[in-house]
Amino acid sequence: MDMFLLEAAINGLLLAGVLALLTLGLNLIFGVIDVVWIAYADLVMCGMYAVYWLFAVFGWPLPLAFAVSVVGVAVLGVLVHLLIIAPILGSAPINQLLATGGLLYFLQSFATLIFSTDFRNIGVRLPIIEIGGIYISYSRLLAFGVALTGATALYLFLKRTYIGTAIRAIAQDRDIVGLMGVDQRRIYLVTSAIGGALAGLGACLLALQYDVHPFIGNTFGPLIFMICVLGGLGNMIGGFIAAFIIGQIIAIGGYYFSTELSYVLAFILFILLMFIRPQGIVGR
Amino acid sequence: MNRKGIAALTGLGVLLALPLVTPPYFLHLLIQILLWGFIYTAWSMMGRFGLVSLGHGAFMGIGAYVPALLWNYFDVTPWLGIPVGIVLSALLGLIIAYPCFRLKVVGHYFALVTLALSQVVLLSIVAARDITGGSLGMTPRSIGHSWYALQFPDKAYFYVIVLLLWVGGLFVWRWIDRGIGREALEAISDDEDAAAAVGIDVTREKLRVTIISAALTALGGAVFGQYLMYLNPDTFSGIGVSLQIVFAAIAGGMYAMLGPTVGALFTIAVTEGLRVWFGANFVGAANTIYGILLILFVIFMPRGILGWLETVRRPRASAAAPAE
Repeated sequence: MDMFLLEAAINGLLLAGVLALLTLGLNLIFGVIDVVWIAYADLVMCGMYAVYWLFAVFGWPLPLAFAVSVVGVAVLGVLVHLLIIAPILGSAPINQLLATGGLLYFLQSFATLIFSTDFRNIGVRLPIIEIGGIYISYSRLLAFGVALTGATALYLFLKRTYIGTAIRAIAQDRDIVGLMGVDQRRIYLVTSAIGGALAGLGACLLALQYDVHPFIGNTFGPLIFMICVLGGLGNMIGGFIAAFIIGQIIAIGGYYFSTELSYVLAFILFILLMFIRPQGIVGR
Repeated sequence: MNRKGIAALTGLGVLLALPLVTPPYFLHLLIQILLWGFIYTAWSMMGRFGLVSLGHGAFMGIGAYVPALLWNYFDVTPWLGIPVGIVLSALLGLIIAYPCFRLKVVGHYFALVTLALSQVVLLSIVAARDITGGSLGMTPRSIGHSWYALQFPDKAYFYVIVLLLWVGGLFVWRWIDRGIGREALEAISDDEDAAAAVGIDVTREKLRVTIISAALTALGGAVFGQYLMYLNPDTFSGIGVSLQIVFAAIAGGMYAMLGPTVGALFTIAVTEGLRVWFGANFVGAANTIYGILLILFVIFMPRGILGWLETVRRPRASAAAPAE
């Protein structure tokens, strides 16, 4: 096997870790609240700016900047729910999608307005590891590790805690859960906060690898949606698997053709799979 | 002739006479309003029946790029290139929409599939940078005033072309509105299974309106390209344009014939107003306000400006209408 191909495959695997993390957040929100936050990737953008600003401009220590960003985006998630989703919770799902589309427009333009379209980098250079002729960037490895840890923590939270159980119950049947004495509004808020926190965590990991600019959400936002749908909207394990499939397509496609064409390939595969298996690759 | 017809003809006469008296800047605005109004109208032909497409950037992009590429590389006149682009767009619409409708990909699944489609077209244009210029965009080869190349340095020509286009779009809207198709489509958007049960060919009805919408959007994109003489993947394709189309159509009101045009008037007035007000260095201000307005419109005014005006004017009639 070609060395460079192997390197591409490994990088695809590492990229998939972060994608999987973001997919989890989006899937959680979809599964529980039944809305598609089309501006999810732009919340990640906000988190990346927060990291950049706190760390590179104000000179805070990196872990503190990360922590504040995660909490900040979690709060943003709650605000999105309270201000945008809650008033139209009862209307057609497409309206909720469009309202968060407005949020996408707003966040991107507002970021342009205050930060301009400059590419900004937090300027942390982590070492690159060489294993038998394959080069792997440490930041990607770290991102992969944290993403897996975050996903596991979320899994345990959902399985082992009362609120986690209530969240899973609501995803299965929102009407019955109300009869069981679960306060739906509170669960929705908690879910939005977790979804936001996952976006914030993803932002920290991405800030280590990429420059932040107002439209960065457009580069991987559609990708996360696609992964979610591929895994079956609301199906977390499916989303996790789909993230790794897409990560490989993009990495190996990028190796053989070009980055854009690998994305084109991934999107076309997505459209085809929507026709063949609309319930997702591991759907029931 | 009835009063409505007379009013429409007078309005058209006034619109036709406008280039004689307006300065070039306003003419430019009018062209944009009518052209975008045409594209928004085309989108609403689907949107009003619950087929919310986030993929119209794809049709616009193909409509604009195909004639420009044919002209630059093969000297094919846009008179031939534009129909080719339209046919390709309609075909793409068919290829995507047919399986969607057969397999009942609806609601936000449909929106996401069409979103992926617009990304495919956007990224393909960027990837083919050797011939399309990629993200830097491309310019159709200019030969000055020419009917053959459909290039007119004088804006008045484009104004008349765009005006005809827009009126044509309204006629298509009325044609759909008056036809039996509308009732079938309304039944489908209410309840697909019930519509199928009373003998409506759901797939065919949806396909027809989708193909018309895609073809008209491509035509709009083509004329816009000829007018601007500069094509850029981000202004013609992708998620940004697709959302802009959806926003304007919703803002104006996608259920009324003139709603999408009102949306175009409204959005361009906001953009230009903010630009004049704040100056060009305040990039993003207009879109920031769009974003907030889109959220507010969806929450408080899902039927748009025209829809809202109707409720204000005839509160009783709308109270009797079924709830959203």
